[in-house]
Order: sequence, then C-alpha cells, then structure tokens
Amino acid sequence: MIETDIIIIGAGPCGLFTVFEAGLLKLKCHLIDALPIPGGQCAEIYPKKPIYDIPGYPSVLAGELVDNLMSQIEPFNPGFTLGERVERVEKQDDGSFLVTSSGGTIHKAPVVAIAGGLGCFEPRKPPVQHITEFEGKGIDYIVKDPEKYRGKDVVISGGGDSALDWSIFLASGVAKSVSLVHRRSSFKGHPDSVDKVFDLSKNGRLNLITDAEVKSIDGNGSLSSIGIKHKTQGEVTVNTDYWLPLFGLSPSLGPIADWGLNISKNSIEVDTYDYSTNIPGIFAIGDINTYPGKLKLILCGFHEATLMVQSAFKIVYPDKKLSFKYTTVMGGIDGFK
Amino acid sequence: MSLVNITVIDREDQKHELEAPTDMNLNIMELCKAYELPVKGTCGGMALCASCHCYIESDHKLNEVSDGEEDMLDQAFFVEDNSRLGCQIYIDNALEGLIIRLAQESD
Repeated sequence: MIETDIIIIGAGPCGLFTVFEAGLLKLKCHLIDALPIPGGQCAEIYPKKPIYDIPGYPSVLAGELVDNLMSQIEPFNPGFTLGERVERVEKQDDGSFLVTSSGGTIHKAPVVAIAGGLGCFEPRKPPVQHITEFEGKGIDYIVKDPEKYRGKDVVISGGGDSALDWSIFLASGVAKSVSLVHRRSSFKGHPDSVDKVFDLSKNGRLNLITDAEVKSIDGNGSLSSIGIKHKTQGEVTVNTDYWLPLFGLSPSLGPIADWGLNISKNSIEVDTYDYSTNIPGIFAIGDINTYPGKLKLILCGFHEATLMVQSAFKIVYPDKKLSFKYTTVMGGIDGFK
Repeated sequence: MSLVNITVIDREDQKHELEAPTDMNLNIMELCKAYELPVKGTCGGMALCASCHCYIESDHKLNEVSDGEEDMLDQAFFVEDNSRLGCQIYIDNALEGLIIRLAQESD
C-alpha cells in the first residue's frame, strides 16, 4: 500500500503543480493517472500546440509546459501510479481515504485532490451494436501484445497514425491477413506510413478497404465476422478473428460520478474558499470542478491548487500552525525541503 | 454589430433559431454553448475532440475543411459528406440562414 499526505487524481498541469504548492508546506503527494504518461490533455490531446495564457510565458508548447512542471516538482519527489484509472475512493473510520486504481494498487492518505480535468481518457468506441459483448473476445481498442495476432485474420479501422502503424506492423509477417478499413480514400497519418500502407496494399499483403466503415459484428461467443459498408458498393461480410477499432482516445468522467460527490453538468461542485467538495477531505481543482464564475483555464487551476493545499495542511497536521512563506526569502526550494 | 440567423436542429429534432453576432469572432460550437445547447466543446475549439460534430443542412458555401479538421473527423463516428466540426466554422455575414444539425454523440 502506498501512503502519502495528498493523493492527487489526475496528473495534468493542475495536478502536477499541486505537488509544488503542497511541497512548500512539506506535504507529500502521490499522483494517479489513467494515461501512461504525465501531462493529461496537454500530453495526450495537444502536446505540440502553443499556449499563450500562462503568466510569464508569451508562448509555450503544451508538452513543454508539462516538462517544465515535471522539473519544477522534481525536488519534492512525488510518487506516480500511471496507466491506472482510479476506481474506488473509500473513507476509513480514521478519516483517511483508501484509493484503489484499476491495476489493484491501493493508496492511503488523509486528503484526496481530484484534478481529473475532463475525466479519464478512454478509447473511442464505434457505435456498432453488441460491441461491448465482444470486447476482449475479438475486439481490442488498444494493441497491448501484437504477438496475440500472429497467424490470425485481423481487421483494423481508423485513419490515424496508430491504425497505419499497426497495419504495417501486423501485415509484415505477423498476422495471417490484415485489412485496413477507412472512411476516406486518403490518409492524414505520417507520409512515410501512408506510403508504406499503399505499398503493402499494392503487393497484396494488406487488404485496403477505403470509403467504407464497419457497421456490424457477429460471432458465437467470440468474434467471427464483421459487416463492412462501402460508400457505393453496399455491405460485405468479412470473416475475421480480430477487429481493432483504433479511433483515438476521448475523455469521460468515469467512476468519479459514483463517489457520492455533488456533481452538476459533469463537473464537481466546490466551495471557492478552498475548493473542497461535499465530502470533507476531498477537494476538486482545475477543469473538473465548477462554481459560480468558473473558467476552465490552466492558470485558474494553479490558483485553486495553491489555496486547496492550505486547507489540506490543516487536515494532515491539525495541531500545527501554518505560516506562509515566499520562495524568494527561503533561499529557493531547498529551504522548503 | 450585425446579427445573422442560424438554425440549429438538436439531437431530439428540436429546432432552435439563434441570432449570432458577426463581430465577436465566434464559431458555431461557441454559439451553441452560449445558447446552452448540448454541445460539449471539450477541446475548447482546437478541432481535437469532435464533440461539436454537426451536419450542414443548407446550401451555404463554407470555409474549406482543414487537414486538422479532416483528421479529427477520421476519429469521429456517424460521419457523412456534409459533416463539419462546429468549432471550425466562424460566424460571418455569409452564414445568414445557415441550418445545421447536431450529430449524435458517441462515447
């Protein structure tokens, strides 16, 4: 079991900066995120986009901001549980919380800060009937172990880099057959990958089906065939062992909705005094919270994190007096460690 | 300030007649949000989430679909020939009488 002072759910910019502000108060933090890397939306959706409203930075790439935050919090040595989604938050008799993530990791702390942004990133699931019944039984949204597909018939859907890259990989002597289904006849992936896909198709090693999409699935217990609808040529049934719909990730609130928090319009209601929720000891900061006048901006999340840790301190150390100190008068971060 | 009239048909087939100012650099996603229509606009208008996916139901000639928008539509579902991302359509006088339909949401 991992024990700490503040469990931060969500390792986006706001969750990361919480470690810094908590560190100034000598509070230890542990971050949990469903994504395998820190940075949240900034890392997953728009790492190469410049952001213009971070104070002191006329322009900074989202990915760069994450790197900078990681260096800024490094002196405080936070813990990370990455690639695991938080499933349960349970209050114990002693007032502390047990937080369990999808890999079975258990975390314990007197304070939980939810900095979950838009929720956790999950694969986009095509709107095909009965799709959930075949998940893990022929339908995979993420390729974890490509060896699984050796000698098998595989259909891949999507037009982005992951669909192209896995098509190329699996068609190069791994799978028995690979079909790539895409809604248009052109691809916007990396030009090199696009060329390779067209080459493999020309050589008969990849069955390229464009202007088409998968509309139905069938099988008895596990997937055995899919129905592909072509824009002009109607629907055909293709026998396959696997279908990999690779349409990227999108955020959803997920289990957060079931923890007994007051939620309005997919956001957690908080008191703007310290961004506390209706459950004492649980705070919500950044894009995931709501209050009158809320703006979903990274800089607002930083402010919320800063105020939140002051109340967190009083929960972690009820008998200690908190005195606020500026980083400039303490000889830098070392003065706080 | 000038206003254009835009019709938005929601997912329950309900028509909403919206007045849209042309001088605020607004896009269709922001307009829908301003009228509290069920458009999430998750990514804030960067063509990175498809939560403002809509169909153009009138004959208006709109700005071209950018590569980024086309990329995102590749990851969306229920995509048709008249699909667009609302966040990539900026409101100007040429949009007078535009009719759009909100696409079904996917998980």
